[in-house]
Amino acid sequence: MRPRRLERLIELALLLSAALSVLTTAGIILVLAVETFEFLREVPLFEFLTGTEWTPLFANPRFGVLPLIAGTVLVSAIAMAVAVPMGLLSAIYLSEYAPENLRRVVKPVLEVLAGVPTVVYGYFALMFVTPLLQRVFPQMSGFNALSPGIVMGIMILPLVSSLAEDAMRAVPRGLREGAYALGATRMQTALQVVVPAAFSGITAAFILAVSRAVGETMIVAIAAGQQPRLTANPFVPLETMTAYIVQVSLGDTPQGTLEYRTIFAVGMLLFLMTFALNLVSTWLRERFREEYA
Amino acid sequence: MKAPRAGARHGADLAFRVLAMSTLVVALVTLGALVFDVLGDGLGRLNWQFLTSLASRRPEDAGIYHALAGTIWVIVLTAALALPLGVAAAVYLEEYGTNSRLARFIEINIANLAAVPSIIYGLLGLGVFVRFMSMGRSVMAGACTLALLALPVVILSTREALRTVPKSIREGSYALGATQWQTIWHQVLPMAFPGILTGLILSLSRAVGETAPLITIGALTYIPFAPDGVWSPFTVLPIQIFNWVSRPQAAFKENAAAGILVLMALLLTMNALAVFLRDRFQRQGRS
Repeated sequence: MRPRRLERLIELALLLSAALSVLTTAGIILVLAVETFEFLREVPLFEFLTGTEWTPLFANPRFGVLPLIAGTVLVSAIAMAVAVPMGLLSAIYLSEYAPENLRRVVKPVLEVLAGVPTVVYGYFALMFVTPLLQRVFPQMSGFNALSPGIVMGIMILPLVSSLAEDAMRAVPRGLREGAYALGATRMQTALQVVVPAAFSGITAAFILAVSRAVGETMIVAIAAGQQPRLTANPFVPLETMTAYIVQVSLGDTPQGTLEYRTIFAVGMLLFLMTFALNLVSTWLRERFREEYA
Repeated sequence: MKAPRAGARHGADLAFRVLAMSTLVVALVTLGALVFDVLGDGLGRLNWQFLTSLASRRPEDAGIYHALAGTIWVIVLTAALALPLGVAAAVYLEEYGTNSRLARFIEINIANLAAVPSIIYGLLGLGVFVRFMSMGRSVMAGACTLALLALPVVILSTREALRTVPKSIREGSYALGATQWQTIWHQVLPMAFPGILTGLILSLSRAVGETAPLITIGALTYIPFAPDGVWSPFTVLPIQIFNWVSRPQAAFKENAAAGILVLMALLLTMNALAVFLRDRFQRQGRS
């Protein structure tokens, strides 16, 4: 009986390792919830969510998170404006047009683009893209939303492209052949048959990309400035939720203070936003898989 | 199979094809611009003195040694934590709990964790490791945080490696009277090991470039010495680069570019190692 008991013990140890992931999730929620709760005891939830001024480090602090949300939304929107059309087009090209050997060359290069550390993209946005854009838009400030937004779009492009391509390649061949038999060109087949057929899979890719953009930190911390500002102007400095967390972490804010708790409250908001986006994305992908199973 | 072509529609099709292809060209050109920009800014600053000097307030004296040493400390420790935990979790999900409700729940959980922004892991590390477990702003706290961040990817790639081991190997082992764990330990894991290692190295190369979670747990941005143990304060390459980028003087920006070159060289080495292991693995699999 001895070896049997050992076997059970080992299985239990393995199960505990696997359960560490559940513990991690619980830890994230707990840490964020406790500090957020403490924060909300001093700042009313309504003021936090609807206030239009974010100055927690000033002598007369205001805790309206809207400027940070607006900054996050603006930069993410610019990133998606780059990543969605480019990602979709490159996915269509790779899935419907490109010969196999070209795919074999292009896909690793896209992977390299996805593997570049974000701090490097931040440097690139600040030192290369911003000066380039300033030649076109002379009124643009050295820190702005446009340049990090564009660079973030390039960073997300491989993710959108490869997930959308997977979705399109999963569309049954018979649908394409039917379209060709009716006299459609490749473009008509791609745009009017394949893309609609893969629609939920492609949408899932877009939503996952939004979640990535919302959570991206270093590019905006370096190139967007650190001035919370409620604006839709892409030429002026602003601050995102993630960049704010970095800004406070760099300083010597003592723990237990209200300023210190703000980063957990902002983190909670960020976690809830990305979590909701991820759930929708997973749901869409599952639905897509069922359609062609 | 070729699509039918006729007249004007053929023109539209060609134009669309060129447009679609040009997005790939834009992506490649951007990558090229990034590489040339960094090389142009940083190559002149990169020399032996830069690699062996500590941080300094004067840009021409400053070096990357402390940050490079910090990165190596953190990454080795992260690997030591993530490898056993990740492999154990993957073995459980792949070999034991394949159909149980609990395993399914854990799987969904891991998939969700993989999509959590890295800065949130930093807040977790700050709350749990730095404060609750009183590790302080040490190499240990940084490695624990990065290990949690890397775990979902390590588990995923390990499961893929385990799946490549043919069923017949397991059945042969069982037929000789081996228990399930003996089969896994003596047959399955050794066969899957190169694949597991490849996945680990790739996920670590991700972790090497992470900046935000380590800033959040309080890794220092200015530190004039290299870590001398797991409880020592530390900084890493990406944080040093960020610190230099944030300074107004142009000379520090040059340092940042040179630091990026060091970081990229480290990443390239790790990726080359992973590719090398994968190739060896595939050749073994075929023979």
